[in-house]
Amino acid sequence: MTDARLRRRKIVNGLMFSLTAACTIACLAVLFVILGYIVYHGAAALDWSFLTRLPKPVGEPGGGIANAMVGSAKIVALAAVLGVPVGVLGAVYLHEFGHNRIGFVIRYAADLLNGMPSIVIGVFAYGLIVLPMKRFSALAGSAALAVIMIPIVLRSTEEFLRLVPASLREAGLALGVPRWKVILLVVIPSAWGGILTGILLAVSRIAGESAPLIFTAFGNRFWDNGWLNPMSALPLTIYTYAISPYEDWHRQAWAAAMVLVLVVLAGNVLARLLMRGGRGASNA
Amino acid sequence: MSDERTYSILEARGLSAGYGSGDAIRNVNMHFYDKRITAIIGPSGCGKSTLIRCLNRMHEEIPGTQVRGVVALSERNIFHMDPVRLRRQVGMVFQRPNPFPTMSIFRNVAAGLILNGLRGERSLAEVVETSLRQAALFDEVKDKLDQPALNLSGGQQQRLCIARALAVEPKVLLLDEPCSALDPIATAKIEELLLQLKDQLTIVMVTHNMQQAARVSDWTGFMLMGELVEFGRTDEIFTTPRDPRTQDYITGRFG
Repeated sequence: MTDARLRRRKIVNGLMFSLTAACTIACLAVLFVILGYIVYHGAAALDWSFLTRLPKPVGEPGGGIANAMVGSAKIVALAAVLGVPVGVLGAVYLHEFGHNRIGFVIRYAADLLNGMPSIVIGVFAYGLIVLPMKRFSALAGSAALAVIMIPIVLRSTEEFLRLVPASLREAGLALGVPRWKVILLVVIPSAWGGILTGILLAVSRIAGESAPLIFTAFGNRFWDNGWLNPMSALPLTIYTYAISPYEDWHRQAWAAAMVLVLVVLAGNVLARLLMRGGRGASNA
Repeated sequence: MSDERTYSILEARGLSAGYGSGDAIRNVNMHFYDKRITAIIGPSGCGKSTLIRCLNRMHEEIPGTQVRGVVALSERNIFHMDPVRLRRQVGMVFQRPNPFPTMSIFRNVAAGLILNGLRGERSLAEVVETSLRQAALFDEVKDKLDQPALNLSGGQQQRLCIARALAVEPKVLLLDEPCSALDPIATAKIEELLLQLKDQLTIVMVTHNMQQAARVSDWTGFMLMGELVEFGRTDEIFTTPRDPRTQDYITGRFG
């Protein structure tokens, strides 16, 4: 090989290596720039009273997001109560009985639903719950979020059920245990770490959704009046404050964003830790 | 041909089974005598695992299996029985040890009773101890019954699986190559254990290890390409086989 060709190859190699490295750095940088930016702007307005007080009227200094935090927790909790059983039990059905055309169709539909823009799901909940009841409500918000959750939980749960070795199911059946008990008491517990991880990832995904809540839960500047009334949520507060013309509200939007990011991040980290535990159990 | 001191508790009559394309076993007629060990030997792919799985309908767990013929347990056709009830009477131990990973040693042994909600007069602890003693495992694990079952060695796990199967007090215990994943010492322990167990129940084992069949069993069936070539007393099969194919196999000419 001539020297010139070798040199050319080395240069191309160096260029391509730099290009891939630069793209990797760009990917990571986006995450850290966002986090840094939010902390930079948010930390200033973040203090104890911000977390424990209700919003104040425009012009009055101070005020907090206590109602939004509680509202988010309630809406997400109800969404999980509605969505998790459907997702998990649906996954059990798919895993046990879905080795046919129907199973294929269900999986495909779940993937389509997963890719559905969240605002469309919000409109769906608006038409299905808000319009007939003639009121915005936390219930409608939770229903919208539950719809987003179901396909995520369904697919992740099915994946983890698939990791449970068939030999365990056979061991149970060979003891004369009915199939439904084998699934409930042997198969699901063996996959539990993974199933829980999927649920937590789905929860942290819906905790950050604002679009489906805009015309369902609507938002509220006071403590909520129950599930059938408008309720505040962190993403809604961020949205409202961020598009407002007031300097003070912008600051609060940053701080609320920081709180939301930290909560979601904590949920993600917790999910990863559980996943490690779950994988360990299914490997051994 | 029969065993004059005992009777046939389990019987296959004209049994054929297959997985969609062609039959894995064809027209098998075989008796399993009460409180005796019957070994099924043969080269890989001869259908011996299919046969043993049919005996407690575990073949139904493999999608697309069809079965023709009859398997009778104490003169009742098992294909007309509830599979759950059948499997409480005909237990099974598999090739690879498969203790429940989320359960302790104690709960693994008690699993059949706990999961079924069966509680007799004997306490759970009593059943667990008896079963572990029958499986010659009690002395090794008595101080760590609440530890995860996966902490045990492979041979111990397999004996744990035998204890788990014994705890529901089956009449027949099926073993599908129970020692093929184990080392020679663990294998010897299991063989010894089987010889002790045959006072209490009927044992059917599949093995591709001819020496094991010769050492342990009272009756031996030799299978080849889905057919039961010869069935008889173990000493006769191994010393004076009637079929030349059996002769070839036991003298190591193929398989």
